[in-house]
Amino acid sequence: MATSVMPKGDSLKPQAVETPSKADWTKPYAMAIPKEGYFKLEQGRYGPIFPRTPACHGFSVVAKVKSGREQAIRDYGNRIEEAVKADPYVLAPLKLHYLRWILFDVGSGPHFMYQGIFDTDFDKYLEDAVALFVKTGITTVFVNLEGWPEDWKTNASAVIKFFREHQCPSFLEYGEYPYVTAEEIRKSLKLKAAFSDMLDLMQ
Amino acid sequence: MGILQQSRRISSDLTGRSGKSDSLDLEDIQHFLMSRPPARAARYEFLTFGCTTGGHAWVAGLIEKVGTARAVGSGIVDSRWVTIGFTWSGLRALGVPETSLASFPEEFRQGMAARADVLGITGTNHPDHWLGGLASPNLHAIAILFARDVTERERCRQEHERHVKECDGVELLSFLDLEAIPPFDYAHEHFGYRDRLSQPVIEGTGMEPTPGSGPLIKPGEFFLGYPDEEGPPTGLPQPEILSHNGSYVAYLRMEEHVGAFRDFLLEHGETAEQQELIAAKLMGRWRSGAPLVLAPDRDDPNLGANSQRNNDFSYVNMDPHGYGCPLGAHIRRMNPRDTAVNINRRKMIRRGGTYGPPLPEGVREDGKERGIAAFVGCASLVRQFEFAMNVWANDPNFHELGNERDPIFGTQDGTFDMTIPKRPIRKKIKGLPAFTTIRGGAYFFLPGINALRYLASLGSGF
Repeated sequence: MATSVMPKGDSLKPQAVETPSKADWTKPYAMAIPKEGYFKLEQGRYGPIFPRTPACHGFSVVAKVKSGREQAIRDYGNRIEEAVKADPYVLAPLKLHYLRWILFDVGSGPHFMYQGIFDTDFDKYLEDAVALFVKTGITTVFVNLEGWPEDWKTNASAVIKFFREHQCPSFLEYGEYPYVTAEEIRKSLKLKAAFSDMLDLMQ
Repeated sequence: MGILQQSRRISSDLTGRSGKSDSLDLEDIQHFLMSRPPARAARYEFLTFGCTTGGHAWVAGLIEKVGTARAVGSGIVDSRWVTIGFTWSGLRALGVPETSLASFPEEFRQGMAARADVLGITGTNHPDHWLGGLASPNLHAIAILFARDVTERERCRQEHERHVKECDGVELLSFLDLEAIPPFDYAHEHFGYRDRLSQPVIEGTGMEPTPGSGPLIKPGEFFLGYPDEEGPPTGLPQPEILSHNGSYVAYLRMEEHVGAFRDFLLEHGETAEQQELIAAKLMGRWRSGAPLVLAPDRDDPNLGANSQRNNDFSYVNMDPHGYGCPLGAHIRRMNPRDTAVNINRRKMIRRGGTYGPPLPEGVREDGKERGIAAFVGCASLVRQFEFAMNVWANDPNFHELGNERDPIFGTQDGTFDMTIPKRPIRKKIKGLPAFTTIRGGAYFFLPGINALRYLASLGSGF
């Protein structure tokens, strides 16, 4: 091995990243978040990363509904219900705690809000999420929203851009049992059930 | 990752005799990601173009030297194999129009150094500490030479040196010489792990994946202009002649701290057997190549050397809790197999070799740099390479581990752990040291042969 010249590089210095301190899961915790949605810029593959909060990761995508499409969006609620009935684990890759789909009108026409609470940093698994949205038909519901890219079927980067542009970051998040993942909750409940079975067997 | 002594299997399959390679333009694709000739020496030269015409002359003079997938795969005995690639600023230095430059993906336009934060290349790995001028925007091109032996490499080095002198303004920024390390009968890197056990196989090459290596992967996952796992290609850089048959490669020069690695094994294992087990738990395979999923308790060198068996395993049913292969082991992170979704969209092709002298057994750290200098080939740096770095290698919460990174390849600073599941109680190693350090890196575009002609002729009415 040999290496030659080492010219002075013009390399870039990334900004320092601050991870908010994590609270004890036994102690409820509230976190006020700056307007930008993060404390210090941490660059993800597709843009700034939003921090994990006492309420885990999540996003709230809000967009205006195209004229006359409100019922079409409501109908997709049934479609997702059926998809999960057919395969209860169809949404598992999203590592969700909860999904909430809301239609509302505050005087400027109907708007749609897709709010998800999950355990993974959305930026990390964005392509997997988009692929799943396409597979389950979730993406199709967005066709009824203004600003949705016409070429969404073939242009994943435009879909990712839409989600990032319509994401409304929280300015307050709260957790009664902060930072606990769905997997940890599931394990705890399994453990409780296992102990219950054990006690039954001890009778 | 020693330099190869690989069989000619790919080569003979790419001659077209299989009748399956029609969809790939083997006359136009550079051989680099397609075939792996039997080289024991290599040299990477990093160049800058002081003026456009000099850059054109450099490209023009090398086109005939570059091995196509067809030529290198023809089985004709050769002794050196040349590949060339360009950074985004290199394409600009060659006079590629701004509209065309803007059509390349953002991550390639920014370059690896600017994406260091995204990749998790921080601390001592950060571009501020890189060698060879690789973090500089003056890095424009790379010439990759693989040679049958050191003598042939030296002949080619001298020939290239003469060519560079004839090209106005073209200068060598730095270089790296690589050589295979003994024993030469199988590929391995400085820590002693057998390498090249799991590589994707491209649909249309006539190759068949070894058992457990997954299905054939669509060529568009590696070469621009072909259908990928999602369908027809979209959003390619323009003009088409520039992007068609091209690939992106991420280059990483990774120093391996062999002395620190051996000290770690001695610290955590009282016997040679225990030390080997710790080494295996970090990697997910014994150094022989035998996977822990199939050989959880003791090494099985015959299994490690058997390509029909050494990759034939999965995790969901065979080792869900990581009692064999820990959830955070290197191979479980860099290829999560059936525990990841859309895995076929994350596949990458690795090429490269070892540099630096081997550290003899029983010798403590000698302060000499040694490691792996490798390329990761793909069609989307952000979806394939950057995902692997950002998530698989460096996400502390991968598999909900909480405070771990890839024990071999991740950015370690002594604050992360390694969990080894074990009944009844798991073993947790706190404060894992860094066994590797990134000493340089860059994103390159490897154009097809017609694209090289286009680049050499820019401004002359090609």
